[in-house]
Amino acid sequence: MNHFEPRVPLPDLPDAHGREIRTDLRPIADMVASGSRVLDVGCGDGALLHYLWRAKRVDGRGLEISHEGVRMCISRGLSVTQGDADTDLADFPSGAFDCVILSQTLQTVRAPRVVLEHLVRIGRQAIVSFPNFGYWRVRLALLRTGRMPVTSGLPLQWYDTPNIHLCTIRDFAILCGEMGVEIDRSLALRRSGQIQEMPPGHRANLLAETAIFLLRRR
Amino acid sequence: MPLDSGASIGPVSVAYTTCGTLNADASNAILVCHALTGDHYVVGRHPVTAKPGWWELAVGPGLAIDTDRYFVICSNVLGGCMGTTGPKEVDPATGKPYGMGFPVITIGDMVRLQKLLIDHLGIERLFCVIGGSMGAMQALQWAVDYPECVYGAIPIAGAARHSAQNIAFHEVGRQAIMADPDWHQGDYLLHDKRPTGGLSVARMAAHITYLSETALHRKFGRNLQDRKALGFGFDADFQVESYLRHQGFTFVDRFDANSYLYITRAMDYFDLPARHGGRLQDCFRVDGRATPVRFCLISFSSDWLFPTRESRKIVHALNAVAANVSSVEIESDKGHDSFLLDEPQFHAVLSGFLEGLAEHRGLKAVG
Repeated sequence: MNHFEPRVPLPDLPDAHGREIRTDLRPIADMVASGSRVLDVGCGDGALLHYLWRAKRVDGRGLEISHEGVRMCISRGLSVTQGDADTDLADFPSGAFDCVILSQTLQTVRAPRVVLEHLVRIGRQAIVSFPNFGYWRVRLALLRTGRMPVTSGLPLQWYDTPNIHLCTIRDFAILCGEMGVEIDRSLALRRSGQIQEMPPGHRANLLAETAIFLLRRR
Repeated sequence: MPLDSGASIGPVSVAYTTCGTLNADASNAILVCHALTGDHYVVGRHPVTAKPGWWELAVGPGLAIDTDRYFVICSNVLGGCMGTTGPKEVDPATGKPYGMGFPVITIGDMVRLQKLLIDHLGIERLFCVIGGSMGAMQALQWAVDYPECVYGAIPIAGAARHSAQNIAFHEVGRQAIMADPDWHQGDYLLHDKRPTGGLSVARMAAHITYLSETALHRKFGRNLQDRKALGFGFDADFQVESYLRHQGFTFVDRFDANSYLYITRAMDYFDLPARHGGRLQDCFRVDGRATPVRFCLISFSSDWLFPTRESRKIVHALNAVAANVSSVEIESDKGHDSFLLDEPQFHAVLSGFLEGLAEHRGLKAVG
C-alpha cells in the first residue's frame, strides 16, 4: 500500500527562524521522499517548503495566492509563484511532480473536486490535509449552540472564515471513491497533537481534528 | 556579426562596465541588462550627466545585487549611443556615421553581442541575467537562446512580446523625431544638427508611460509652476508640464535620436513565441525537457506599460513545462519605473531569490 520510502526520523534541523516545523506540517513532511520533486499548493509563508529543502533536499515549488506569502517565500530563496489553486493548476503538465501537497487549503477553494483532480494528475502522489468537520467537538458545538462551530481548528466566525467548502473525513473518502482516487494512507491528527494512522471511517471522523490523506490516481 | 534581419555588421565595439570580482571558477557573474534609454553606467557617476548610476539602489556592496559577492557586468546594447556600435558611430564602409544605414536590429542581436562579450570575459555560464523593461526582454532572450549558459534569469516588468499599445507609443516617439526638420532623414550629424525637439517630445510621451496616474497626481496634482494663477498662455503653467519638459531637455543631451529609433524598433519586433509557432511554452523546452534556467519574474501593481498579466503569461508557459519559476507582483503605485526606485519589498525579493539561487548553485562568497 505504502509507496513511499521507509519512514526515517527527520533530522531536527531548525528552519531559518530557528523554530521547529509546525506540528501539523511534520506528518506531511514525513510522507515526502528525500530529493523528490514537490509542488506545495497554497504554501503560505513557505514553512513546509523551506523545511523540506533544508531537511530533505526536496526540489520544491510553491503556489500561493497572497502577495505577502509569495514575497516571504522568494525572499527565503524558495521557488514560488503567485497564483490561485482554482485557476492556475490547469497549467501544470500531468506527472510533473512526484508529490503535490495541499495543506489546509482544500476547504478554501471554489471547486475542491476540480482541484483534487488536478492534484492527482500533476503529482504521482498527493497529500491533502484539511480540518475535519466531523470532529466530535465540532458536531457537539453545532448541536449544543445551533451555531456555526468556532473551535481551535476552525477559529473564525462564519462571516470571517476563508473556509467555503468544509467537509468531513467521510465526505472526503466518498468523493475519492467516486473520483477513482486511491487513499494510500489516512492520518488522524488529534487535538492532543497525537497522530494516528486510521482508516477514514466513523472512528477517524469523530476523533480527528485534522485529517491528512496520501492519495494517488487509481 | 550576423543579425536576425539577415544582414551582418562588423567590426562591432562593445562598451561595458564591471563591478565586483570574478571568482576562480567564473561562477558568480551577473549580467545586468539595461532598458531602452539606459546604458552600462549601472553604478558610479555618469560621464555625461554626472548623475549617479541608474541602478545604484540595487547594485553595490551589501545591496540586493551584492558586488561583494557577485561579479556584475553591464554592457551598452547594440544600437546604443554610449560607446557600443550604433547609428551614430562611423560605418567603416563609408567613413560616415551609419545614420539610417545602420541595419535594423533585434533584442536577439543585442543578446548575441552580449554572448560574445561574456565569452570574451571567459565566462561559460552566467550565474544570473537580470533586467527591467527592455532588460527583461534581454534576460528572457538569454534564457531562451542560451539556456545552458544561464543559471538564473530575473525578468522584471517585462513581457514575452511587445503589445500593440506599446508599439503604438513607440511609433508616436519615432514620428516626433522624424517630423523634426533637424532630423535630415537620419543624417543630422552630417548637417551638424540634432533633432532635439523631436527627441524630447518622444521622451516626454514615453516618460508618461513609465509613471502611473497615482504617482503623477501625488507628485504634481494640478499645482502651478512658479506662478500663483493660470497664465492664459502656453507656457508651462503646471508643474507636470515643467517636469516633462525638463525630462525631454535633459534627455537629448545624453541620447542619440537614431539610437532611439533603432532600439524602440528592436523592442517592437520582440516576440519570443513567434519563432516557436506562437507557443510560448515551447520557448522553454530544451531537447524536449523543461529549461534548466531558474526564473524569477517580478512585476509591479501599477505598471500599465508592462502589466502583471504579461509576466503571468510567461509564468503560465513556464509552469506548462514544469520549469523552475518564481513570480511575484510588488505592490507599488510608482508605475513601470518602480524597478529603478526605492522599493524595499522589491529589493528584498531580488536579494532573496539570488540568495536561494546561490545556495542551489553552491556559490561561496568571494575570498
